[in-house]
Amino acid sequence: MRQNDIILQTTTKIVLFIILAFSVFMFFNGHNNPGGGFVGGLMTSSAIVLFMLAFGLETTKRILPFDFKLVAASGLLIAILTGMGSFVFGVPFLSHTFGYFTIPILGEMELATATLFDLGVYLVVVGVTLTIIQTIGEDS
Amino acid sequence: MLYILYSVAALFITLSIILSLYRIAKGPSMPDRVVALDLVGINLISLIAIVSLLLNTTAFVEVILLLAILSFLGTVAFSKFIEKGVVIERNRD
Repeated sequence: MRQNDIILQTTTKIVLFIILAFSVFMFFNGHNNPGGGFVGGLMTSSAIVLFMLAFGLETTKRILPFDFKLVAASGLLIAILTGMGSFVFGVPFLSHTFGYFTIPILGEMELATATLFDLGVYLVVVGVTLTIIQTIGEDS
Repeated sequence: MLYILYSVAALFITLSIILSLYRIAKGPSMPDRVVALDLVGINLISLIAIVSLLLNTTAFVEVILLLAILSFLGTVAFSKFIEKGVVIERNRD
């Protein structure tokens, strides 16, 4: 018998975007405050897990047609390339730098290359978590 | 003065958590335990808010939102497991 989960599905459609916005906030907040790539990645994957709970596995695969193993691999590649980018400037591996730039709307901001490394961590966490959950969910 | 007020509030929330832990241990059916677990999560959110007031810091504000999201997600997953026997369905049509 097919049951109707309209309250869960409608709630998910609203709450999903709040969780995703929170995860993006956590990701960019990580330099000077609590947060960072790991927690941001876990929050993004928990948003996608909530969508899986409400709509099922096939729907999630249809709207997010990624192979999550490739997401994890590209995250590792980004992290390694960020580390190797310091060779171009003749400094040791994984040396990071930062600078102050003026951006048209936002004004003067501190941009650090550590954000790129954090992006790699974020992609690895999302990829690994969703690979585990999809693999466990499929073999029932 | 305010310190005493916060401490009393934290004491009562701790008492509430202990009572819900009794319900988790004793609860005759599985839904009782799930509702009590949700109650423990929400009481923990309040306790974190009071502790961040006691320590006079805003570093725990993210933890409050994060715990709210995780508590909701866990309750939904437990409810689906109790109702249907499967947490993530293959296809919902």
